[in-house]
Amino acid sequence: MAAERTAVIGVGQTKYAAARRDVSMAGLLREAAYRALEMAGKTWSDIDAVIIGKAPDFFEGVMMPEIYLAEALGAVGKPIMRVHTAGSVGGSTACVAASMVQSRVHRCVLTIGWEKQSESNAMWALSLPQPFATSVNAGAGGYFSPIIRRYMMMTGAPELIGCMVAHKDRRQALLNPYAHLHQHDLTFEQVVDSPMLWDPIRYSETCPSSDGACAMVLVDEAGGDRHAGPVAWVHGTAMRSESNSYGGRNMVSPAASEQCADDVFAQAGIVDRRSGIDAVEMYVPFSWYEPMWLESLGFASTGEGWRMVESGATGLDGGDLPVNCSGGVLSSNPIGASGMIRFAEAALQVMGAAGEHQVDGARRAVGHAYGGGAQYFAMWIVGAGKL
Amino acid sequence: MSPDSAAARDPLAAPAALSAPVTLPGALAGAEPVESVCTPIRMTYTYTPGRALSRYLRAMAGKRILGERCGATGQVFVPPRGVSPLAGAATSEAVELADTGYVESFNITRVPIERRPDLEPPYCSAWIVLDGASVGFLGLVIDIAPEEVRIGMRVRAVWKPDEELETSAANILGWAPTGEPDEVITDYERIGRVEASDR
Amino acid sequence: MIDVAVVAFAQRQEAAISGESEVEFMVPLMEQAKASVGLTQSDMGFTCSGSSDFLAGQAFSFVMTIDGTGPVPPISESHVEQDGAWALYEAWVKIQCGGIDTAFVYGYGKSSPGSVRDVLATQMDPYYVCPLWPDSYAIEALAARLMLEGGHVSENRLAEIAARSRAGAASNPHAVRSEPKSVAEILAEDYAIDPLRPSDLPAEADGGCAVVLAAGDRARELCERPAWIRGIDHRSDAHTLGVRDLTSSASARLAAHHAGAAGDKIDLAELHGPFTTSEHLLIDALGLNEDSTAVNPSGGALAANTMMASGLIRIGEAASRIWRGDGDRAVAHAASGPCLQQNMVCVLEGD
Repeated sequence: MAAERTAVIGVGQTKYAAARRDVSMAGLLREAAYRALEMAGKTWSDIDAVIIGKAPDFFEGVMMPEIYLAEALGAVGKPIMRVHTAGSVGGSTACVAASMVQSRVHRCVLTIGWEKQSESNAMWALSLPQPFATSVNAGAGGYFSPIIRRYMMMTGAPELIGCMVAHKDRRQALLNPYAHLHQHDLTFEQVVDSPMLWDPIRYSETCPSSDGACAMVLVDEAGGDRHAGPVAWVHGTAMRSESNSYGGRNMVSPAASEQCADDVFAQAGIVDRRSGIDAVEMYVPFSWYEPMWLESLGFASTGEGWRMVESGATGLDGGDLPVNCSGGVLSSNPIGASGMIRFAEAALQVMGAAGEHQVDGARRAVGHAYGGGAQYFAMWIVGAGKL
Repeated sequence: MSPDSAAARDPLAAPAALSAPVTLPGALAGAEPVESVCTPIRMTYTYTPGRALSRYLRAMAGKRILGERCGATGQVFVPPRGVSPLAGAATSEAVELADTGYVESFNITRVPIERRPDLEPPYCSAWIVLDGASVGFLGLVIDIAPEEVRIGMRVRAVWKPDEELETSAANILGWAPTGEPDEVITDYERIGRVEASDR
Repeated sequence: MIDVAVVAFAQRQEAAISGESEVEFMVPLMEQAKASVGLTQSDMGFTCSGSSDFLAGQAFSFVMTIDGTGPVPPISESHVEQDGAWALYEAWVKIQCGGIDTAFVYGYGKSSPGSVRDVLATQMDPYYVCPLWPDSYAIEALAARLMLEGGHVSENRLAEIAARSRAGAASNPHAVRSEPKSVAEILAEDYAIDPLRPSDLPAEADGGCAVVLAAGDRARELCERPAWIRGIDHRSDAHTLGVRDLTSSASARLAAHHAGAAGDKIDLAELHGPFTTSEHLLIDALGLNEDSTAVNPSGGALAANTMMASGLIRIGEAASRIWRGDGDRAVAHAASGPCLQQNMVCVLEGD
C-alpha cells in the first residue's frame, strides 16, 4: 500500500529577533502555532498529534522543554514527540510529522520547531567545559571555515562569491516581514569590508542568533482536497546521517547529503533537478554553503556551483533557480526552527503564499537542512499539485 | 479563510486568538511588566572519558600520541573514541603515532573567543593529519604568521616543558612548521588519508 | 496497518558504568542485537535513537554515539530527545509508510555523572517551578502522599509492589536492586522521602539497549516467534501538577485504550513505573488483573531505571518473554516527565 498523500495547509512563523523579550517560551510557540492554525482554518481540537523539534536543551536551560509546553501546545490527551537531530532538526521534525500522516497513523498533525536562545547563554550551552577536550575551535564558524577553504581551493572560485550570496540573502530578507535582519542600506561593499571572523568567513557572511518558532499543519489527502485555501503537497521526504570523521570523507559534499538528495528527487520523480525545481530554501548558515550545496544537491556539477551564484541564477530578481527568497538562515537563525523555516518557506512558495518574496508561478520547491559536522541531512520536495 | 483574506492580513499582527486584551486586576494597574527573571542553574557532572580516551590522555602525559585502529578497514582514528564508524565496532588496537603531520585545512580566527582568553587573535586553528593517522586532528598552528599557513604544510608538535605535562591534550601547545616540503594535495573535497579503496 | 514485530533485543544496566563512554558501552549492544538476527547496519531500513543532553551534560551528545551504528555509508536516521521507546514509535511509524521492512532502535543514558534528581528538576516549568529547585523525587512523594491520604493506596500495597519487584529482579542479571526483601522488611525501612521508603524509589542505573524491528515475512524469517506489535499509542497529560489528578493517570488510560490493551487476557506486563506509586497507578490505568497478569517479571524500573532506555527496555523485556513462550500476549509501557506525565502503551503478541 502506497503512503498516504500528505499536504501542508497551514504555515505560521513568529517575527524572528535577537531576543523576543515580549513573550515566554510558550508564548513564542503559540504565536507560530496560532498563525499556522489560522491559515489552515483549524483549531486545537482538530489536531491529532504534535511533533516538536529544537536544538540542544541547554540553549534554554530546560530539559526536554516540550514536557512543560504540553498545555501551551494543546497536547493534553494527545501524543507529543520531540525530535533532535542537531542543526537539521527543523527539517527532520517536518519529515517525522509528515510520516505520521503518510503512515495513516494520524490525519492532522501540528509540527513546530523553535529556539529561544536569549533565555540562556548559547556560548555556555555549546562549550560546557569538558576536561579532556581542547577548545580552539571558536564555534561553528571555526569548524566550517576549513571546509570552505577546501572548497575554494578545489574550485578556484573567486574570493567574493560568498559576499555575493550574503548580499543577495540580506536583500531578499527585506521582502520577508518575519526575517530577523532587515539591513535596508547594506551595500555589497559593506559586506566585503565587514571584519573577517573565521577567515575566510566575514562577519556579514555569517548567520545571526535568533529567537523564533515556525509551525505547520499537515493533513491527509482528504484533508488537503477539502481545504479551501492554498495547499502544498509533499512529493518526497528524506533523512540521512553519517559519521563526521573517517579517512577519505568528502567534507565539501558529504555522501549523506548526496544520497539524501538522490532519495528525495527520486521520490518526486525529478530527473533534471535545475529545471524541475522553481525555488529552493536551503540551509546556508555561512554564505559559501550556497554554492557548495548547489553542487551537492545536483543543481550544478562539481566545481560549478559558484558560477550559478556569480551569474545571478539564484537570485529572486530574474534567476532561474531562486535560492532562499526568504532571506535564509543568513537573515534569521532560531536554530531549532531554522530547518523547519526552510521547509515551510518551500511550502509557501508552491502555495503562492510567500507574499513579496514569492517566485512567480512556483510549482515545485525544495526545503533543505543540515546539522552536526555537516553529517545530518533532511530534505523535502513540495508541489502545488499532487504527485 | 480564503487566500485573499490571508494575503490582506498584516503578517505581523497578533493571531486573533492571542489579540484579546488581558484585563489586569486593579491592584496591578500600572505595574511594570516583568520581562525576564534570572534563575541560575548549577549542576555538577563527573565526566567519563571512556577507555580509548583514557589511554590517549595517559599517553599524552608521556608526550606520546595514541590513535586506535579499525580492525576491519585499518583506518587509524585520533583522538580515539573507541569505535570505528566504518565498522560499527570497537577499535581493535592502540597505535602510537608520530608527532608530525601536515595541515589539512585551517581557519584563522580574528575575533577573541570566550573560553580561550589566552589566545590573541589572529591565530590559526587547523586540522592536522598526523603521520600514520587517517583523519584530521584539531590543533593550533604556531611559530608562523597565520597568513603564511598553507594547506599541505608539514608541522611538528610543540610540547609543554616536561615538568608541566599532565594527562591532557593541552600538553601540545601547538604545531610548528618543520620546513619540509609541503604535502601535495590534489583532492580537496576529501579529508584525511584517501585510500584507493575509499573511492 | 503493516504487521511489525520486535525481533531482537540487547541490554546492559549497571549502577554505574564509570570506565566506558556512552558509545563504548553501546557498540557491543548494537552489534549483539543486530547479530542475533543475522543483520548488519546496511540491512536496516531506518535507524532511530533516544537520549538526553541534560543527562550527558553535553550539547549534541548523541552525535558522539551515532558512530557506534557504523554510519558509513550514510544511514536513514533520526533521534528523539526522549526515552528510546519513542524512537521505537517513530521507527514503527516509518515502517507503516511502506518501502522498508526493518528498523534499528536504541536508547541509552547515564545517571551516574550528575545528580539525576537535580537534573530532572529542570524538566519542570522554567518560570514558576524550576527556580524553586524542587527535588524531582520529592515531587513524586507529594503525589504519593495524595494517594495515601486519599485512601487510593496503602503503604502495605506499596511494600508489596516493592517486594514483587525485588523477587522478579532476583532472576534478572540486568537488575541493579535484586536483593529479596519481605513486605515486613520493607515497611521497617526508614522513610527516604516521606512517605516514600528507599524500596519505593527507582534503582538508578547507567546503560542502554538496542532493538531490531521487522515487518511481516521478514520478521518471520528472522525470528522463530516474533513479538508482534498489535497496538501502540502514547499520550500526554498536562504538565502543571496543580491541574492534574495525581491519584490516577489519565494519559496512561487513554494510551492503553488506543493501543487496544484492554479486554483480552494479558499474560504479562512490563511497566515503566519508577516508583511503587507509579506502578500502582499504571496497573489501575491499564486495567490489569494481577491474578492473571505477571506484572514486571523483570523487576521493572524499580529494579533498574536507566534514563532514556528504561521504557524501551520494558518493550524488549516483554518481547523476549514472548519469544521464549513465557506468554502469548503482553503489554509494555514507557513513561516520561514528572508524575507519569507522558505514557506509551504497546501491546505485543506471539503467533
